[in-house]
Amino acid sequence: MWEYTDKVQQHFLDPQNVGEVENPSGTGDVGSLACGDALKLTLKVDENDIITDAKFKTFGCASAIASSSVLTEMVIGMSIDEAAKITNEDIAEALGGLPKEKMHCSVMGREALEAAIADYRGLILPMAEGEVVCECFGVTDLDIIRAINESNLRSVEEITNFTKAGGGCGKCEDRLREILRETVGGKSEVPPSVAKPKRMTALQKIKKIEGVLEKEVRPGLRKDGGDIELIDVDGDFVTVSLRGACKSCKKSQTTIKEYVEKKLRELVLDSLIVEEEN
Amino acid sequence: MSSVNEKIVYMDNNATTMVAPEVVDAMMPYLTDLYGNPSSMHTFGGQVGQAVSGAREKVAHILGADPEEITFTSCGTESDSTAILSALRTLPEKRHVVTTRIEHPAVKSLCDNLETLTGHKYKVTRLKVDAEGMIDMGEYEAALTDDTAVVSVMWANNETGNIYPVEKMASMAKERGILFHTDAVQAVGKIPIDLQKLDIDFLSLSGHKLHAPKGVGVLYIKRGTLFVPFLTGGHQENGRRGGTENVASIVGLGRACDLAAENMENENSRVRQLRDKLEEGLLAAVPNSRLNGHKTLRLPNTANISFEFVEGEAILLHMNQHNICASSGSACTSGSLEPSHVLRAMGVPFTAAHGSIRFSLSVYNSEEEVDYIIEKMPPIIELLRKMSPFWKGK
Repeated sequence: MWEYTDKVQQHFLDPQNVGEVENPSGTGDVGSLACGDALKLTLKVDENDIITDAKFKTFGCASAIASSSVLTEMVIGMSIDEAAKITNEDIAEALGGLPKEKMHCSVMGREALEAAIADYRGLILPMAEGEVVCECFGVTDLDIIRAINESNLRSVEEITNFTKAGGGCGKCEDRLREILRETVGGKSEVPPSVAKPKRMTALQKIKKIEGVLEKEVRPGLRKDGGDIELIDVDGDFVTVSLRGACKSCKKSQTTIKEYVEKKLRELVLDSLIVEEEN
Repeated sequence: MSSVNEKIVYMDNNATTMVAPEVVDAMMPYLTDLYGNPSSMHTFGGQVGQAVSGAREKVAHILGADPEEITFTSCGTESDSTAILSALRTLPEKRHVVTTRIEHPAVKSLCDNLETLTGHKYKVTRLKVDAEGMIDMGEYEAALTDDTAVVSVMWANNETGNIYPVEKMASMAKERGILFHTDAVQAVGKIPIDLQKLDIDFLSLSGHKLHAPKGVGVLYIKRGTLFVPFLTGGHQENGRRGGTENVASIVGLGRACDLAAENMENENSRVRQLRDKLEEGLLAAVPNSRLNGHKTLRLPNTANISFEFVEGEAILLHMNQHNICASSGSACTSGSLEPSHVLRAMGVPFTAAHGSIRFSLSVYNSEEEVDYIIEKMPPIIELLRKMSPFWKGK
């Protein structure tokens, strides 16, 4: 169950301005049945460019209906220029916030408003000219770039939450990552794919372990009158033998795990398991 | 009707069920005084072990199985994974799995992962379904190859209630030396099952779908079927599943199986009648509504109805205002942005898939509740349709 604010609940259960304005000055029709949500926004604008009436028809979930309802309340009384400045964040804020997975509902509201204003002004929306990136939901690169900039998006998951792009078959995920990288440049928090540990031959591994034991481990043990010898390396299992003072030390197990194993994992391979020879 | 309004009208039993009061009573001693470990040598623990054995017999009984064929697990999902992975491990030279497009995520995701996470070492065939959600047996037969290790087909579908011919499918698999698993989580307790006569090697069931608590499941493993455990550890469950037994829940599941056997008649007569009344009532009262699933080859408790041009989450939240609990296959409720994979596999048009509501009844539902829903639903749909840009009706 979604956690909706009281404001969302209120606008969902008792939506304001449902319907269509007669002889609208501007109409914005966005979304589709296939997408699972759609909004038709109609505006009445007077000769001074003031929005005197706004009505909506929405197919969609509670947050889509609430976003539409609150949007009509926001724009009535505004000038067209003021209304054009409304962002999806403004809509979400007016509702006291939306669950992050539902932010696309507020984006739909902003898109419908923009389309209605463009219709009123007799303009064609630039968004329609972009390249379709997500075919499942018909989202263009321009839609995505705008959402990234407006809502400060930093991951593919966030892009999906806000624009739905990537929420269907998921095939466009790589392209979304690319757009994200191009748009935010160095600001991206997308973790670079973790470099896979290089595969070593058994011989290389043994040599490396020997080297670390010699240079990093032995000097420390010798200071305490002890020593260490490498007995065997079998896959990730490294068998060692403690010598001198270390041999009779009650803390030999701690030495092996906390000191030797830690060092080898850090400097050779993080999957190594060090055991003492019986 | 106000008396109903104040309490929950629960018609979401394919999601989970109420723990039966008799089940709670049976469990209580094992949550209080009888806390011993069934594996212990002392009598105090030993008597708990006996209770687990008793539950095993009861589960075996409702399945028509032998107690030794019953292994307790933590849930249906664990049972599904255990069965399919065991089949693949015991037939390591075979690399092909046959399943359907309408499986529960427990099987669906595992099969997806078998392909992607193994670098496509395994090949999965997902059988198509027709508009009513049924499988083509010719396609099934053609899908079985010498390389097929295991078939996994659900006995009954959780969303539509459709019942699949697993008896016949298991025999066809056996003829070719292929193991057969069925996810029977929705079927057990609702329709008669007699495994001793069938060629089913593995069957999964889940306690909380039949009035036992959450957190207990069962994997039936046919005697003679090679098996490799999924969860290794102690020698519990005859070495088939490590981990100290969830004793109280296991005892509860045993009691629930007895109750289900007693209620089987009720489920298939009274519950079926209630379901039919609800279904017919809603389809008649709401224009542009349609049934999803097969008209007759269906569980007696499930009705999946689409209300066109409106969206499921919005419907559910309005129902919630009237304390009616159900589910939807719409995108907004599926946790993804697309409607249910089951409805999409059936080719249910988007106009209807987004507005699907699943009512799933139990023996605890009453006719009064059915009437209440038939009364409350039409105004909800009407209200939302008035708001819908796609609704052209009055």
